[in-house]
Amino acid sequence: MSVAIPNVPARTSRRQGILASRKGRVGFAILVALIAIAVFAPLIAPHDPNAIDASRILAGPDLAHPFGSDALGRDVLSRVIYAYRVSLGVAVGSTLLAFLFGVPLGMYAGYHGGWVDTLIMRPIDMVLALPALLLAVALIAIIGPGSDVALLAIAVIYLPILARVVRSSTLVVASQTYVEAARARGTPSRRIITRHVLPNAIGPAIVQATILMGFALQIEAALSFLGLGAQPPTSSLGVMLADGRDFLTQAPWIEIFPGVAIAITVLAFNFFGDGLRARLDPRGVTR
Amino acid sequence: MSGQVVVSDEVAPVQLGPPILEVAGLVKHFSTDRGLFGGGAKLHAVDGVDLQIFPGEVLAVVGESGSGKSTLARCILRLIDPTEGRIVFAGQDVLALKGRRLAGFRQQVQPVFQDPFSSIDPRWRVGTSVAEALDAFAIGTKAERRARVLDLLDRVGLDPSLVGRRPHELSGGQRQRVGIAAALAPSPRLIVADEPVSALDVSVQAQVLNLLADLQRDLRLAILFVAHDLAVVEHISHRVAVMYLGKIVETGPTEAVFRDPRHPYTKALLEAIPRPDPDRRMQESVLRGEIPSPIAPPSGCRFRTRCPVAIERCVTEEPEMTLFGEGHTAACHVARAELQKQDHQRRQ
Repeated sequence: MSVAIPNVPARTSRRQGILASRKGRVGFAILVALIAIAVFAPLIAPHDPNAIDASRILAGPDLAHPFGSDALGRDVLSRVIYAYRVSLGVAVGSTLLAFLFGVPLGMYAGYHGGWVDTLIMRPIDMVLALPALLLAVALIAIIGPGSDVALLAIAVIYLPILARVVRSSTLVVASQTYVEAARARGTPSRRIITRHVLPNAIGPAIVQATILMGFALQIEAALSFLGLGAQPPTSSLGVMLADGRDFLTQAPWIEIFPGVAIAITVLAFNFFGDGLRARLDPRGVTR
Repeated sequence: MSGQVVVSDEVAPVQLGPPILEVAGLVKHFSTDRGLFGGGAKLHAVDGVDLQIFPGEVLAVVGESGSGKSTLARCILRLIDPTEGRIVFAGQDVLALKGRRLAGFRQQVQPVFQDPFSSIDPRWRVGTSVAEALDAFAIGTKAERRARVLDLLDRVGLDPSLVGRRPHELSGGQRQRVGIAAALAPSPRLIVADEPVSALDVSVQAQVLNLLADLQRDLRLAILFVAHDLAVVEHISHRVAVMYLGKIVETGPTEAVFRDPRHPYTKALLEAIPRPDPDRRMQESVLRGEIPSPIAPPSGCRFRTRCPVAIERCVTEEPEMTLFGEGHTAACHVARAELQKQDHQRRQ
C-alpha cells in the first residue's frame, strides 16, 4: 500500500533563513563590514593610530582626517578602527568562552536533572545573583587590569546567563516524546544529548549569545572607561571615551565616533540575533 | 474459586508456551509534592497489575485517561522504574538489567508512541529516524542499514523516496508510519504501542490499524496495545485487559470480553461504542462523572463511585479476580454473585 505524497520540494529554503528577514539581512551586512574593519584594521586605517601630530591637537574633521584629531593630535578614525579591533575581539572572545563552557554545563544539568542539576546550577545561580559590573571589577581587582582579564571577566558574567538559557531549552526538549522514544529505542544518553537535545536546544543560546556579544562590547567599554580594561598603549573604545570626556565641549568628535561604533555594533548584533531567532525555529523552516 | 466455571466456546488464538512478557504485582506511585516541608500525597498510577503477553499475541490494555495504562507501558519500556513488582521478559528480570543487557532488551522491545508530531525529532530526516535503533545498536554496515531503512519504509506503506524528507513535510498518518518503521527496525519481538492511533484522523486510524495487524501477522510480533477506546482494539487484539484507576478489572479473550462483558465498567465502555444498528437505542451512558482522583482512590472496589450496580459490600471489600471462562476474569462482587447463583441453579 502506498500513500499519496504531497508534492513538496525535498529541500526547502532552509539556507536562506537568516537572510529571509530584512532585519537579519541588515544586521548580517553591518556585522560583516564591522568584522572586516576589525580584521583588516592595518590596511584600512589611513594613519598610524599612535602618531602624535602637535599641529593637529583637537583639530576638527576634514578630508584627510574625517573623524578629526584628539588631544595629542592623533587621527581619531585610525584610533577608532584599532580600538574597535580590540573591543570586538574582547566581546567575541568573551562570549565564545562563556558559550563553550556554559552550554555543556546547562545542557548536562537540564538533561540529567535531580542532584546533578542542583550541583551545577546552584553555584551558577550564585554568580548570576551578583551585579555584573561589580563582579567584573572584583575579578579585575584580584587579577589585575588588562583586556585579556576583561575578556575573562565578561565570560564569567555571561556563562551563567547562557547556562540558564540552555538549561531551560534543554528541559523543554528533554521532555519531548522523541527523546523518550530515543531512550526506549536504545540510543545511549550521550548520543541522545548530541544528536537530539543539542540541535534542538541550542537555538535560543545562539540567539542569546549573539545579542550578548553586542552588549559585551558595552561592558568592555565600561571597564576600559574605568581604566580596568585595555591598558596603554593598547586602546579600546572605552579608553577612547575616557580620554575624550575632558574635551567633550571643545572636540566632541573624540567622544562621538567611538560611541557611534559601540551603538552600531550593539544594534547590528541585535538585528542579526533576531534574524537567527527566525531561522533556528525548526517550524519556521518552510516559511 | 467456588462452583463450576463457565467455559467460553471460542478458543482464543493464544499461543501456548511461556509468555514473552510477564508483569506481576506492578505498582507505580508518584509523589505529588516534594515541597520544602515534605509531606505530599501519593498518586497511585498503577496499583498492582498482573499481565502476560505470549509470543505473537496482541494484548490490548484499555482504559480512560488516568487509568494508568500509559504509566504501565512506560514501566514496561523501562522509561520509569516501578515502585514495586516484577517485569520478566524472555526469562530475564527486566528491572535488574543494566548496560549491555539492558541494550539487548531495548533492541527486542520497541515503542510506538501516541503523538506522531512529537515522537519524531523535527530536525531528523525520515531515514535517520527510522535508522535510529539500527545506528544505536550498530546493526549491519552502513549500506545494509540504508537498504533496511528503504525496505522498512516500503513495508509500512511509505514511498522510499520519502527517506530524505523532514517530519514537517509529512502528514500525521505518514509520521506514524515512520514511527512504526523505526520500531520495526531492530527486529523486535515485542512492540509496546501507547495509543498509536488516538492522535490520528479517523480516516487514517483504520489504515494504521490494518498496517499494525498485517505486520503483527507477518512478523509474528507480540504487541502490547494501549488504547482508551475498546472499538479500536476489537479487530486487532487477541486479548483485552480493561484498566480502571491503576488496576485491571477485567481481562480475557477479545471475543469473550466483547460478547459477554462481566465487569460493569467494561459493559459501560462497550455501550459507549456507537453501532450502526437502527434497533439499538443509544442508551443513556451508565458511566457518570469523572474517574476519581488516583491520589485518594475509593475504598473497596475502585469503580463503585460510578457503578450502576454497586452494593454495600463494594464499599468495604475489594473484589477479587474471578474466572468467568477460559482466560476470562473480572473483579466484581455483583458479577461473582450472579455467577454463583447461576451455578447453583444449574446444579439443582
